[in-house]
Amino acid sequence: MKLRNALLAFTAGFALTAGQAAAADLAIVSGAVGDDLQTLRYQLDEFEKASGNKVSIVSMPPSTSDQFGQYKLWLAAENPDIDVYRTDVIWAPQLANQFVDLTEATKDVIGDHFPAIVESQTVNGKLVAMPYFTDAPALYYRTDLLEKYGKDVPTTWAELTATAQEIMDAEHGAGNTGLYGFVFQGSAYEGLTCDALEWVMSNGGGQIVEPDGSISINNPKAAEAIEMAKGWVGTIAPEGVLAYKEEDSRGVWQTGNAVFMRNWPYAYSLGNSADSAVKDKFDVSTLPVGPSGSRPASTLGGWNLAVSKYSAHPDEAIELVKFLASKDMQKYLALQSSRLPTIQSLYEDPDIMEKQPIIPRWKEVFLNAVPRPSAPTQKKYNEVSTEFWTAVHATLSGDGSAADNLKKLEAKLKRLKGSAW
Amino acid sequence: MKRESQLSRQRKRAAWLFLTPMLAVLAAVALWPLLKTIYFGFTDASLDDLAGARWIGFRNFLEYVDYGDGTGEYYGLLADPTWWNAVRNTLFFTVVSVVFETILGMIVALVLNANFRGRGFMRAAILIPWAIPTIVSAKMWAWMMHDQFGILNDIGLSLGLISTPIAWTASADTAMAAVIIVDIWKTTPFMALLILAGLQMIPGDIYEAARIDGVNPIKVFWRVTLPLVRPALMVAVIFRGLDSMRIFDLIYVLTPNNAQTTSMSVYARQNLFEFDKFAYGSAASTLLFLTIAIITILYIWAGRVSFDGGR
Repeated sequence: MKLRNALLAFTAGFALTAGQAAAADLAIVSGAVGDDLQTLRYQLDEFEKASGNKVSIVSMPPSTSDQFGQYKLWLAAENPDIDVYRTDVIWAPQLANQFVDLTEATKDVIGDHFPAIVESQTVNGKLVAMPYFTDAPALYYRTDLLEKYGKDVPTTWAELTATAQEIMDAEHGAGNTGLYGFVFQGSAYEGLTCDALEWVMSNGGGQIVEPDGSISINNPKAAEAIEMAKGWVGTIAPEGVLAYKEEDSRGVWQTGNAVFMRNWPYAYSLGNSADSAVKDKFDVSTLPVGPSGSRPASTLGGWNLAVSKYSAHPDEAIELVKFLASKDMQKYLALQSSRLPTIQSLYEDPDIMEKQPIIPRWKEVFLNAVPRPSAPTQKKYNEVSTEFWTAVHATLSGDGSAADNLKKLEAKLKRLKGSAW
Repeated sequence: MKRESQLSRQRKRAAWLFLTPMLAVLAAVALWPLLKTIYFGFTDASLDDLAGARWIGFRNFLEYVDYGDGTGEYYGLLADPTWWNAVRNTLFFTVVSVVFETILGMIVALVLNANFRGRGFMRAAILIPWAIPTIVSAKMWAWMMHDQFGILNDIGLSLGLISTPIAWTASADTAMAAVIIVDIWKTTPFMALLILAGLQMIPGDIYEAARIDGVNPIKVFWRVTLPLVRPALMVAVIFRGLDSMRIFDLIYVLTPNNAQTTSMSVYARQNLFEFDKFAYGSAASTLLFLTIAIITILYIWAGRVSFDGGR
């Protein structure tokens, strides 16, 4: 890798001779759902035109958990080949030591971003990563099917279950046997933590580990919420949902085979693309409320850009990060892929309001979104999350009751916590 | 006398001279990482700070934490149910897949050992699953087993074998079966090839003698073929056994993070890189190494396997 880069740099330098001999070869690593890599490539082309530097994309598997493992390994090996990392909102505390402090370099623009997002990327006063886009999930529903059966958009999970079952049964009777009621992300990975946190939180069951560090997950409301989700598997949701990540659920949804879907806003613009079976047949709403809860909950997601401490070209890399997080680029991403901007003023942008109406509507949703407990659990977050999704996945796949699994989970988390997180 | 010993000394020197580069490379790429991993298993190393690792003895393996009020609990790998679950999964996977692969491999090898037209082509064709990189075949099977778009469910449904699509890799009941099926598909050719090599070493006149004596083919198999192919078979089984005990890539791609299929290697990787427990993961790797070493030694000893061809 090093040798290849050196050769590339040598060849490039040789070819360009004088003119742009100072241009750097950068590499950005990014996971992807939907058309993330295409939009990123477009943005990088713009950057290359503007700066004269070259940027290549290193692509990653879709599971965020897999990405994290690889990044951690590269960073521990002080890998100089990757300059910029696209990081999940929850990673900042775990990787803070390995990234460049961006506070000084971004002080001219950071004030334009939502303070809460900037706060989530700040660890001990150090800005670990620059916000790229933010995320809060939506309930996607089929307007044509709800209309056909005279149903309202569900506001509680019970309504969703009943509506999904009724439409599914009726459509199956009419020969549309491939239709399912509801798809979500049930595979054993970080995405299940997001989904399950929403079920639990919207049922008043707390947020696994509270901001003060206390373990709250073992309670009847949380168990009730997870049992409710278990009831979907094999009824309104296909049994295979236990292996679905974002793109699997979107596959079922976008081929017209689901009444409801829980997914992030990126599926909105893809669902309206020319080859989509559900084009102009769906809309989005906030996620429903649980039987014992009072208000809906959305897990806060979002991706950020961090500069590796081991980059050979930190200045150019910071320039790239600032470019990608700039207003123009965030607007492009919003228009192209319905990604939620982190710059406050873009929510009043007339182009975005016209072309992606979900975005202005989603401002309130993500401002009230629930963070995963990455702040209180710090470096142990991944283990907490893994234990949580394992317990939920076991329950969903019929291995023990929710109450039993949550009791075991609480014991494991207590052990993990020890005297302090 | 003196000349002879000088010659033998010279030969020994030459032998060492030729061996040194390979030993040096082995020490650098195999021995050093192994020792380093074992060392990290006895420290509190974190991936962020490998240089700051401190020696903590056996605490990653087993440690009794006294809570000071008369109660206490065991911590460490040996007291970790997740680890034992991974050990169970790995052993179950190894036994089942190797048994099936041996039986199927034997059948395939017997067929390929017979004389028929297109034998050369068949021998090449049967190797295809083995030649495909595991990551590719695992991903391929993941799509074939997909509950919505998968071809397996499609075939099953249209033939009326199943009434609803089976979520092969997702359901707790079928996840391990799915992994085993793919592994059998992939490595049966390998077994067949090794057994075939053994079969071809059996001299043809023994079969001729059996035929003249009118021994029926089943008896020929049990009395002639099997005993004579046994040394090759034992080596093939141990190769497969060792390989499947460190199964990682297939499970990682097909059923990631699934408690029903987590193997020892998957468990070690998770602790090493995903969790902030580099030392704990190193300890798991060490135990994995020990487990494999012990089972290999027992197997060689109990099966009296000889690696120099014939016993």
